Amino acid sequence: MADTATNGRWRDLDKLLLRPGNLVGPNFEPSPELRDDLQTYARVLVVGAGGLGCELLKDLALSGFRNLEVIDMDRIEVSNLNRQFLFRLQDVGKPKAEVAAQRVMERVSGVNIVPHFCRIEDKDLEFYSDFNIIALGLDSIEARSYINAVACSFLEYDSDDNPMEETMKPMVDGGTEGFKGHARVILPGVTPCFECTIWLFPPQVKFPLCTLAETPRTAAHCIEYAHLIKWGEVHVGKSFDEDDPEHMQWVYSEAVKRAELFGILGVTYSFTQGVVKNIIPAIASTNALISAACALEALKIATGCSKTMSNYLTYNGLEGLHTKVTEFVRDKDCLVCGPGVLIELDTSTTLQKFIDLLGEHPKVRMPKASVAHRGENLYMQAPPILEEMTRSNLQVSLYNLMGKLARDVVHVTGAAAVNGKTASSLRKLRIVFRGATNDGVADMDTAGGA
Amino acid sequence: MLKMSQYLNDGTVGIMIKLFKVKEKQREIAENANGKAPVKKQSAGELRLHKDICELNLPKTTTINFPNGKDDLMNFEVTIRPDEGYYLGGTFVFTFHVPTIYPHEAPKVKCKTKLYHPNIDLEGNVCLNILREDWKPVLNINTVIYGLHHLFTQPNHEDPLNSDAAAVLRDNPKMFEANVRRAMAGGYVGQTYFSRCV
Ligand SMILES: [Zn+2]
Repeated sequence: MADTATNGRWRDLDKLLLRPGNLVGPNFEPSPELRDDLQTYARVLVVGAGGLGCELLKDLALSGFRNLEVIDMDRIEVSNLNRQFLFRLQDVGKPKAEVAAQRVMERVSGVNIVPHFCRIEDKDLEFYSDFNIIALGLDSIEARSYINAVACSFLEYDSDDNPMEETMKPMVDGGTEGFKGHARVILPGVTPCFECTIWLFPPQVKFPLCTLAETPRTAAHCIEYAHLIKWGEVHVGKSFDEDDPEHMQWVYSEAVKRAELFGILGVTYSFTQGVVKNIIPAIASTNALISAACALEALKIATGCSKTMSNYLTYNGLEGLHTKVTEFVRDKDCLVCGPGVLIELDTSTTLQKFIDLLGEHPKVRMPKASVAHRGENLYMQAPPILEEMTRSNLQVSLYNLMGKLARDVVHVTGAAAVNGKTASSLRKLRIVFRGATNDGVADMDTAGGA
Repeated sequence: MLKMSQYLNDGTVGIMIKLFKVKEKQREIAENANGKAPVKKQSAGELRLHKDICELNLPKTTTINFPNGKDDLMNFEVTIRPDEGYYLGGTFVFTFHVPTIYPHEAPKVKCKTKLYHPNIDLEGNVCLNILREDWKPVLNINTVIYGLHHLFTQPNHEDPLNSDAAAVLRDNPKMFEANVRRAMAGGYVGQTYFSRCV
């Protein structure tokens, strides 16, 4: 391995991995073995093969990562070509993930990239459990929120409510909008997860429907009229698909007609796409900067060659240049990444008894709880129609209702006594059944754990 | 449980590659074992909705229904039977679709019953400020249902989605009332046919 060509190729990486320093992570031991281990054992999933995803794949491959996978459900469009630099004109119509993987493998020898042309929801938890680091190059809150929930679902806490590092699935998340961008490091249980800080994302601008219908004043109003009102009038029973170019073309031409009627300028096809999909035009240089920051953080997480950024970098290149790292704090009661309240039960405890117990429990004090487990509503106190549908569960043991898992998370809602006052609350509980062991039943909280 | 390194108080982690190495070994072993079934997860939005639904305090004119059963709270129907005003005696069904990032975004609400109303168009789009421009994460499903209820007691001509109905309400409330009666009984108002909903 140690021929001169190889040495030359990894010269820059070796400067980070072979030398000690005062900014290195804890327990960092510089050695050539580190690079070999990085290439052999670190498995990184890149989510998204668009503007950021292309950059991330290239950057990670050039930083010494060799086991990469990429997931994206989109096909290449002409309008992507200005910044999604792995794609060529003849690639239009092909899956982004496949072309991106191919191109990077052609250019960077030794790297292996497995593409997945599908939705992120199509993969099961086992798929995600296989990766050591997840790098996100996404443009939607929904997708981030989904991956965040998946990654945090692997996290386990010990009996002192400390996160167990071996169950931690680190994420690096990049995002850009025009000349602005962010890069963040999410170490579930240590730094805030996406849900802890969802307020960082401004809600989408929504115009009043009556303005769209009666008094349009801007190009965006005309586009939203065609998208939200006219589409339904003409295509009864057929829902609009923003990923269908024919649908988009139809909205565009209706928006043009409407704009002409009201003497409004500025409706173009790409602006129509932007408004409908809520996309702000991407700038290649912003993607490159943000991706570089993310790839570096991935390298730091894996090798410890430097302390990771703590924990949220913002970049603004709009007027001059401004960048800043902010240390956001975790929401200790976060329903997604928080520890919740640990409760030990016998396998024979009925749901009714469990609910009674929550009223007494000093850390919960919720006398009339409704209980949910992994999307299943075990008992609902209200409304009456749901109460009736779930009432028969009350006499069943919680252990059975939870699929005979030795330990898992449930969520409870109801009025609870907090500091002497009664307030409605929603809590996460970690249930452990005394004497029960998992017998190969699906259990996301121990998947990948030791 | 192994403890290769410890995360630090300053929110950074130490070298993780050793953990990756151990995991890779485990993965090779696990690959020989049977695959595990995918497991349904609950999004933060679903959990918040769960809370909203448990806390519903509906007006007596309103009922709620879950067509997909007890485990799909993201899609439901609300039926309103106004007990006063122009729409007294009618039955109006609204469909709710709640997005996964609720309450960051508002529920999507449509009226399934075709009706003659200044703020609801013939396709069921509803002009209610809290469903769009004035939505805030502190609002909840109960607020939206009360908002819908309000549209029946206080239809207003200033935010028209059905501009014909709005003009009639503004210029001739008596005629508006007659039109509403005719539509609810099943019949034509102008060129538009309405099915009976009383
Ligand atoms: Zn969190």
